[in-house]
Amino acid sequence: MNAPAIPLSPYSSALGKSNIEIHTLSVLVDNEPGVLARVVGLFSGRGYNIESLTVAEVAHAEHLSRITIVTSGPPEAIEQISHQLERLVPVHKVTDLTLRGNAVERELAMVKVAGSGQNREEALRLAEAFRARVIDASIESFVFELTGAVGKIDQFIELMRPIGLVEVSRTGVAAMSRGPEPT
Amino acid sequence: MTKLMSGAEMVVRALQDQGVTTLFGYPGGAVLPIYDALFHQDRIKHILVRHEQGAAHAAEGYARSSGKPGVLLVTSGPGATNTITGLTDALMDSVPVVCITGQVPTHLIGSDAFQECDTVGITRHCTKHNYLVRQIEDLPRILHEAFYVAQHGRPGPVVIDIPKDVQFAIGTYIGPENIEHKTYRPRLDADPALIKRAVDMMAAAKRPVVYTGGGIINSGLEASRLLRELIELTGFPISSTLMGLGAYPASGKGWLGMLGMHGTYEANNAMHDCDLMIAIGARFDDRITGRLDAFSPGSRKIHIDIDPSSINKNVKVDIGIVGDCAHVLRQLIEAWQGRTADAPALARWWAQIGRWRARKSLSFRNSKEVIKPQYAIQRLYELTKGRGTYITTEVGQHQMWAAQHYHFEEPNRLMTSGGLGTMGYGLPAAIGVQLAHPESLVIDIAGEASILMCIQELSTAMQYDLPVKIFVLNNEYMGMVRQWQELLHDGRYSHSYSAALPDFVKLAEAFGAHGIRCTDPSLLDEAIIEMIETPKPVVFDCVVDQTENCLPMIPSGKAHNEMILPGDDEELEAIIDSSGKMLV
Repeated sequence: MNAPAIPLSPYSSALGKSNIEIHTLSVLVDNEPGVLARVVGLFSGRGYNIESLTVAEVAHAEHLSRITIVTSGPPEAIEQISHQLERLVPVHKVTDLTLRGNAVERELAMVKVAGSGQNREEALRLAEAFRARVIDASIESFVFELTGAVGKIDQFIELMRPIGLVEVSRTGVAAMSRGPEPT
Repeated sequence: MTKLMSGAEMVVRALQDQGVTTLFGYPGGAVLPIYDALFHQDRIKHILVRHEQGAAHAAEGYARSSGKPGVLLVTSGPGATNTITGLTDALMDSVPVVCITGQVPTHLIGSDAFQECDTVGITRHCTKHNYLVRQIEDLPRILHEAFYVAQHGRPGPVVIDIPKDVQFAIGTYIGPENIEHKTYRPRLDADPALIKRAVDMMAAAKRPVVYTGGGIINSGLEASRLLRELIELTGFPISSTLMGLGAYPASGKGWLGMLGMHGTYEANNAMHDCDLMIAIGARFDDRITGRLDAFSPGSRKIHIDIDPSSINKNVKVDIGIVGDCAHVLRQLIEAWQGRTADAPALARWWAQIGRWRARKSLSFRNSKEVIKPQYAIQRLYELTKGRGTYITTEVGQHQMWAAQHYHFEEPNRLMTSGGLGTMGYGLPAAIGVQLAHPESLVIDIAGEASILMCIQELSTAMQYDLPVKIFVLNNEYMGMVRQWQELLHDGRYSHSYSAALPDFVKLAEAFGAHGIRCTDPSLLDEAIIEMIETPKPVVFDCVVDQTENCLPMIPSGKAHNEMILPGDDEELEAIIDSSGKMLV
C-alpha cells in the first residue's frame, strides 16, 4: 500500500529544517528556586531551541515571575513546547504570543562603539536616527542604549560594525499582548 | 489540627496521615532523625532494602499493584543517586512515587560536604516535580503537596529533599486537609463537543480499532470496567500496549493481543489497515508505531490522554481529547447511547481479522529435548491462572514472552518496566507487590542476566518472609541483545554471553531461599508446582533453548504490515536495512 504523506513527528520534521517558525512564548511561573532551571532544562533535554530568554519577578506578593522565551522550530514542535511547559508543576500559564498575534515585543541593547573623527560623528548621527541614547562616553568611545523591536536592534548593530563596534549586550525580548486583557 | 513537632516527626506524621503503611528505605547519616522518629511508632512498616535502587522499584511495584503511591526514604549523596534509575523508570511509566531524601544541613549545602550531592538538580529531569525544603515552615505543606502532585494528573515520581537541620527544627505541623497544589489542576472531564465528534466518527467507522495503554490502569479500576463496557457496546476490536495489559481481559471476545514490536500479527495489521483508531491512555511510543511515516496511513485517529503534551507528540491525530480515562470513557458511553456501529462493515472487518489471526503469529516449534521459553511461560500460566497471580518481569526476551504467553484478565496484575526498559526491575518490584498483597502468589519472570542486576533484594524478601517466586528463563545470553546481534550484526555476539553465571540453586540456598532447576520439558510442570507450593522465596532456574528468538517482530524501521513471523527468521538480515540499524 502506498502511504500517503502524513505528518512526521516534530522531532523528525525538525531535522528537515523546513517551515521553521520563530515564536515568542510568555510563561508565568511561581518564583521559586529552580524554576528557571526546570524551564531551561526542558529545552535542552528535549532538544528545543532558545533564541532569547528573559526572566524577572513581576508580582512580588504572589511570587510570580514572567519568563519570555523566543524559540524556533516547526509549528508542531512549538505546539509541543507549549504543552511541555504547561506540564511543569510551577508553571501557571503559557501564552504563544506569535500564534495569538497582536503582541508588542521589545528588547533593550547596549552597544559599545570606539573610534575617532568621522566615525565618531557618524555613530552619533545614526544613534540619533535610531533614538539610541548615549549612556557612557569617553574620548574614543560611546556606549549607546537602544530599545526596540529585535529587527531594529539587529539593524543598528550592523550599521555600527564598520564604524567601530566593540561589543553588544542585549536583554532578550520582553513581550505582552495588546489591549486591556492580560497576556 | 496543629501541633508542635520536629521536622523528622512531621515526616512520619505526614506519611501516616497520607495513609502510608509501607515504607521502603535505607538509613544513613542525613536521615537519622527520621529513622529515629520511625523507631517510636508502628503504624508504618519500614522495609529495609539492600540497595536504594531496590527501594525505588519496590515502591513502583507496590504502587502499580495497589493503586496507592509508593514511598521510599533514603539518605543524601549515594542514597539519592542510587534511586535515579527507579525514579526515571517511574517517570517513564507514570507511577506515583514519593521519594524522601536526606540532605546535608542547609549551612553546608554547596560546600561539597560528605555525602552531599545536588539532589534536586540531579532529579529535576527524572521526576514529575521535586522540592528542596529550606525551612521547617514549608515542610508540612510540601509533604502533603508531594502526595497530591504524585497522584493527580499523569502520575509520576516526586522527590522531597530535606536537610538534616530541617529534620531537627521544631515547627507547627499541618494536616493534609485542604492541601493541594495552588495551581496544578489537571483536567479530568473532556470537552463535550469533542466527545460528540468522537462518537460520530465511531458510528461511521468501518474498520475501527481501540488501542489502550497504561493510562487506563493508572486511572483506576473504574476505567477498566468502563473500557470493557464500551467494547461490549460497540463490538470494536481492542489491542493494548505492554503497559495496558489486563485492562481488557485476554479472554474477552474483542481482544486482539498485544500490539507493537512484539505484538500479534492481527493486532498490528488491524492498526495498519483500520479506518478509525481510538487511542486511550497510550502515547504512541516508538515500540508501538514502528516506522512513523507508514504508521496506520489510512486511518482517522482519536487520542484520549490526561497529558496534553502526549497529544500530537509523535503522531498527528484528528481529535485530541484531554481528560482522565475513566471520565472520558463514561462520557463516551453516555454519548454512545442510541448509536450503533456499522454492523455489516464490522462483520467484514472481524472476518479480515480472523484471517490474520489464522496465521497464529505466536506459534513456535516445541521440543521434547529442550525447554522452549514460550512453552515455559505457557505452562507457568496454565498452572497459576485463576488464582489472582501477580506477575513482574525484568527486561528482555523473557519480558516479551511473558506479555505474549501469560494472559492477563485483570488490571494491576502485570508490573513491568515499559518505557525505560530497566533490567533489575522485576525482583524489587515483586517485593513491593507482595507487601501490597501478602496472601497472593507473586512471580518475577526473569532472565539470568537481568536477575543479577538486583539479586541482593533476595535478602530483603528473606528478612520479611515475602515468598516471591523468581522464574528465571536461563538461556545463558542477554537474549534480546543476542537476537539483535543475530539480526543486525551478522551474528557477532559481542559481550552478550552470560559467562561465569552462578549456580542459581546454590545462590538461592545461600540466601536461605529455595532453589529449583529444571532442564527437561517433561519435568517442568512438576517443578513449577513445587515452586508454587513452597511457602518461601524460590529461585527457579529454568534452563531454556539458547537460540530461540522472540517473534513475531516488527523490525526497526519497518511498518506494522511488515512483520517477521515465526518461520521467517532465516532471512532476518535481509529484512532490516541500514536505516533500520540506526534505530534502537
